[in-house]
Amino acid sequence: MILASILTTNLAILVLAGFVGFVVISKVPNTLHTPLMSGTNAIHGIVVLGGLLVVGLAGNDAFNKVILVIAIAFGTINVVGGFLVTDRMLEMFKTKPKPANADENEKAGKS
Amino acid sequence: MIQLPLATSFLQDQNFLDVLYIIAFALFIQGLRGLAGPTTAVRGNRIAAVGMAIAVIATLLSPNEGNWGLIVIGVAIGTAVGVPAARRVKMTAMPQMVALFNGVGGGAVFLIAWAEFRRHGSTYGSHTVTFVSGLGSLTLQGGGVPTYVAIFSVFAAIVGSVSFWGSNIAFGKLQEILPGRPITLGPAQQFVNLVLLLLALAAGIDLVAGAHSELIFIGMLICAALLGNAVVLPIGGADMPVVISLLNAFTGLSAAATGMALDNTALIVAGMIVGASGTILTNLMATAMNRSIPSIVAGGFGGGGVVEGATGAGEHAGTVRSTSAADAAIQLAYASRVVIVPGYGMAVAQAQHAVRELTKELEKRGVEVSYAIHPVAGRMPGHMNVLLAEADVPYDQLREMDDANPEFARTDVSLVIGANDVTNPAAKNTPSSPIYGMPILEVADNRSVIVIKRSMNPGFAGIENELYYDPKTAMLFGDAKSAVSEITAELGQL
Repeated sequence: MILASILTTNLAILVLAGFVGFVVISKVPNTLHTPLMSGTNAIHGIVVLGGLLVVGLAGNDAFNKVILVIAIAFGTINVVGGFLVTDRMLEMFKTKPKPANADENEKAGKS
Repeated sequence: MIQLPLATSFLQDQNFLDVLYIIAFALFIQGLRGLAGPTTAVRGNRIAAVGMAIAVIATLLSPNEGNWGLIVIGVAIGTAVGVPAARRVKMTAMPQMVALFNGVGGGAVFLIAWAEFRRHGSTYGSHTVTFVSGLGSLTLQGGGVPTYVAIFSVFAAIVGSVSFWGSNIAFGKLQEILPGRPITLGPAQQFVNLVLLLLALAAGIDLVAGAHSELIFIGMLICAALLGNAVVLPIGGADMPVVISLLNAFTGLSAAATGMALDNTALIVAGMIVGASGTILTNLMATAMNRSIPSIVAGGFGGGGVVEGATGAGEHAGTVRSTSAADAAIQLAYASRVVIVPGYGMAVAQAQHAVRELTKELEKRGVEVSYAIHPVAGRMPGHMNVLLAEADVPYDQLREMDDANPEFARTDVSLVIGANDVTNPAAKNTPSSPIYGMPILEVADNRSVIVIKRSMNPGFAGIENELYYDPKTAMLFGDAKSAVSEITAELGQL
């Protein structure tokens, strides 16, 4: 493929992704903004791919290897930590198995 | 970059890998769509995580992959740090956790850009004309890095570095390692920021134009690092929701730029979506504070606001009525509708469980309870909702500001727990107030108000709250958690 067309194709993807992002994210209610934030946070941890790709090409430059290992570690923290913490938060938002009358049940059951 | 399919296995075929990347980003989008509601959100997050796993596998299959030992070390360190942190963090500490995770993402971006520069920075700026004219082809690839790749790499390095340092400062402030109040250089601040930005840009342009000096690259990273510090240090605690959203957007955009530089569609799409999300949230937060993003980033709400607040304080000769937990309990018990307005004070005191207990006690008496939540209550977007969800408050009791406001007029008692500026009627009534025009929760509309607060100290905006001098307002001084627990105990004895 000719290079210029790689650039334009990727630019097109970039622009379209921006619009998709705006549409999708606009539908998220205020209530879920913290999980949204930590979820998107986890997604940008995808830079770990950059680290993984570049480390394969790093050659024998020792300093490069060091910064790439740090980059991969950072990216992994971002991805793994981000998804886990989002999952923890969202579990709390899940409607409990007995939603509307949960409180009534508790009234009857508890003290 | 174009990679030649070196191996014959279809698993390593570039087209196959590209398809995996496409599946991955489709899963990200589908996952985020799930976040539109609490019932689908958990699954949505997991779908996005599956997308991430697929993207990582695709990368590892890449024929150029190597240095497996280093990869294992990096991933092992990251997992060992990230997993326990994510499991143990308290919900009240969520803003700093998000700031930290955001920071490491930005850190990864600028380190990758640095490694890329070391790998072929010496070819930046060469063969430019050939490639841009559209004549460049696969065979010319080895000759140099196309200018656009250099531009995106340098952009990623600058923004990633700003985001890394900015997020770390935000983390420090939220974790109270650093003082939460604005730390500024005074009037020189904006000038210094501008100089740092221009220096970083100048270095970047120099590099793209073919200055093959790693020192310039490091200088650029340092300028960007200083800029990240200089931008976030002057921002006060109450502006944190805006800053965190903004830094999130930055990291996203820098990831997208990395994707452009490395020709990786999954990175481009994921980074851009995060960029869009961060931008939307930043805008929402800024609107909810009636302030422009530039004015927040320029810093020092605390600075100007405190002075005006100090002069405003003298104007109130009105009296403040204080109440006791027993009286508050009686008032709440005989109400038919109660609205609870939580603020950062509830988070600081970790009072969410106590608040939930109080709600249960009131519901037992047939009182209808709901929660009115201002978009910027707390230290990050949606902060209060997470805390209340942690305490098992049903999702349908949580009201966003626009839904909550019309209901105040038919509410008997509203209980304001550690919220201040977001309830201040001055935002509606006093054009001279620094927060004038900011949308607020109109608690002053209802029949009576109980405010739980530690003292009469003004909030972060440094503005006196007229609500406290309103005859229908009663103040219950004390720590949010113990005050709420006392009310609950009193209710039990009624």
